[in-house]
Amino acid sequence: MARAVTSRRKSLNTALAWAVGLLIFFPILWTILTSFKTEAQAIASPPLFLNFDWTLENYAIVQERSDYMRFLWNSVIIAGGSTILGVIIAVPAAWAMAFVPSKRTKDILLWMLSTKMLPAVGVLYPIYLLFIRLGLLDTRGGLVVVLMLINLPIIVWMLYTYFREIPGEILEAARMDGATLKEEILYVLTPMAVPGIASTVLLNFILAWNEAFWTLNLTAVDAAPLTAFIASYSSPEGLFFAKLSAASTMAIAPILILGWFSQKQLVRGLTFGAVK
Amino acid sequence: MYLKHALRAATALTFVATAAAHAQSITIATVNNGDMIRMQGYTDKFTEATGIDVEWVTLEENVLRQRVTTDITTKGGTFDIMTIGMYETPIWGANGWLVPLDGLSEEYDVGDILPAMAGGLSHDGTLFAAPFYGESSMIMYRTDLMEMAGMEMPDAPTWQFIKEAAAAMTDRDAEINGICLRGKAGWGEGGAFITAMSNSFGARWFDEEWKPQFDQPEWADTLNFYVEMMNESGPAGYATNGFNENLSLFQQGKCGMWIDATVAASFVTNPDDSTVADHVGFALAPDTGLGKRSNWLWAWALAIPAGTQQEDAAKQFIEWATSKDYIELVAESEGWANVPPGARTSLYENPEYQKVPFAKMTLDSILSADPNSPTVKPVPYVGIQFAAIPEFAGIATQVSQEFSAVYAGQQSVDEALAKAQAFTAEEMEAAGY
Repeated sequence: MARAVTSRRKSLNTALAWAVGLLIFFPILWTILTSFKTEAQAIASPPLFLNFDWTLENYAIVQERSDYMRFLWNSVIIAGGSTILGVIIAVPAAWAMAFVPSKRTKDILLWMLSTKMLPAVGVLYPIYLLFIRLGLLDTRGGLVVVLMLINLPIIVWMLYTYFREIPGEILEAARMDGATLKEEILYVLTPMAVPGIASTVLLNFILAWNEAFWTLNLTAVDAAPLTAFIASYSSPEGLFFAKLSAASTMAIAPILILGWFSQKQLVRGLTFGAVK
Repeated sequence: MYLKHALRAATALTFVATAAAHAQSITIATVNNGDMIRMQGYTDKFTEATGIDVEWVTLEENVLRQRVTTDITTKGGTFDIMTIGMYETPIWGANGWLVPLDGLSEEYDVGDILPAMAGGLSHDGTLFAAPFYGESSMIMYRTDLMEMAGMEMPDAPTWQFIKEAAAAMTDRDAEINGICLRGKAGWGEGGAFITAMSNSFGARWFDEEWKPQFDQPEWADTLNFYVEMMNESGPAGYATNGFNENLSLFQQGKCGMWIDATVAASFVTNPDDSTVADHVGFALAPDTGLGKRSNWLWAWALAIPAGTQQEDAAKQFIEWATSKDYIELVAESEGWANVPPGARTSLYENPEYQKVPFAKMTLDSILSADPNSPTVKPVPYVGIQFAAIPEFAGIATQVSQEFSAVYAGQQSVDEALAKAQAFTAEEMEAAGY
């Protein structure tokens, strides 16, 4: 009896999980479907789900109009660069907070997080002026630094949470064995925190990939990533939803594929330490 | 031997000169609409003729506005040409942020630019931006539904006629709404429409002393008329409808009438996208007999930010893109219905263009709009659907949100107007008016 109830509950939970998953994924699915419609089909009422003449015309138009590979490359450099730089800075910071905390550690962590609460537009002008003075406007290097700084509080917080799960005694033992600080972090702490670091890297890569305020405001031609690519197909005067959907699909495809292949690490990392 | 060296040097110099000529490049920020995208397709011809490369930064209208405003106010120098509208041009021109477009060539024929457009893109008589295309607003209506309703659309109808026609054309069972109008919040969306409409009811944003006028009966008349008509004959959820939503409804045959930008005419008469392409008629935007119609005036224009290092190349491009030759180039390749409208007088004198069904009504609409005298009573500002002062965009966005809340049934007309009056008065006082 108990087994039947458990089995039914499991099935229900699975069905519920699928329903929630589909609900969340539906806008993306709809975007992908719309990208294969004509502009007239894209706005048809009632909406057409699968029963339409599939076309690749929108992809051809987008490909012809925009240099997709340039935008893609910029996205990879900016998202990848800011994530790597962020992790390099955050690992020692999180180590210090997790294993050598001071009275103010909690306050510092909260203060770091509070910088995320300021609307980005509030500091647009100061950062824009700084970029002009430093010659960083429309450069990938400038954006790598800005996105790293924006995501750094999250990276530090995540790593701090993972590091706290690792017993300090292990690091202490390494120190007793004569490991230097660098060796302790590189050869003892890091291997144990690989799932946490991997999920932090993935999550921040996704955040940097999707960032659409600074990447639109600080770039023009040379450093414009895929967010600028999508923005160039959005129009308040004209129904170009099919083309916009094709551009959106092309922009999210790499990150979707990356997420698909690394979902195990992502889930493992995000639930690391959640259940004791 | 000497000759060999000389030849080598000459060849090298030629290469360097050629490379330098090709190295000249300009960056243009622009909006994503049909005419601008079409122009990007012809850029190679400009590069072939001049050796100047063109880099495009295409953005959605609101993003573009924020992007170019940030750049020009901080002297960022990212762009050599900016696509801006009639709202920004006189303000930025007055601030010295734009290069005056004087000294344009004789062939360009600056006198051919429609006077209403030239006026709206100038400050103190100096042209600061060249119109790429211009638009007004007009009525687009279903001729078949109008006939079925037993009515005939005059060339210049009144609001009362429109209200009656909308009620007669509405068929809720067939999902046909008599009239579709913008209600979406935003100064360039519903805010633009209701401001232009209010002009025909005798309302104005400010009196000669820059005092807000929302406490005057003309504004209440405008809003009450709009809400009553839309509740009776408009589509469900009209409070969130903007240009694209209404275009979609009209193209699917769900609107009897739609009053909006004249550029929409080419969309609704295109059989590839519109199910009602063969049944569309045009008329001037309505009035109430007070002497002002409810049509607006807008242009997307090309301007050069002061401080650019590529001023000459930028001027060359602007001359090319807004020339008579460019219009002919597009007409040759894609037909007269696809040329950028509303900028040049000569276009409307062209017998080929006169055959385009919406050409005459577009011109009549543009000619009947006067940004220097937009309202029945005198005003201290220039602009029809906006007041060309820096504070307007922020204030009008807030005011249009209050109006949209009325359309959504969240507050009364009187409440919205009281809030609009208080907010605008406070902002104008803070701004030193």
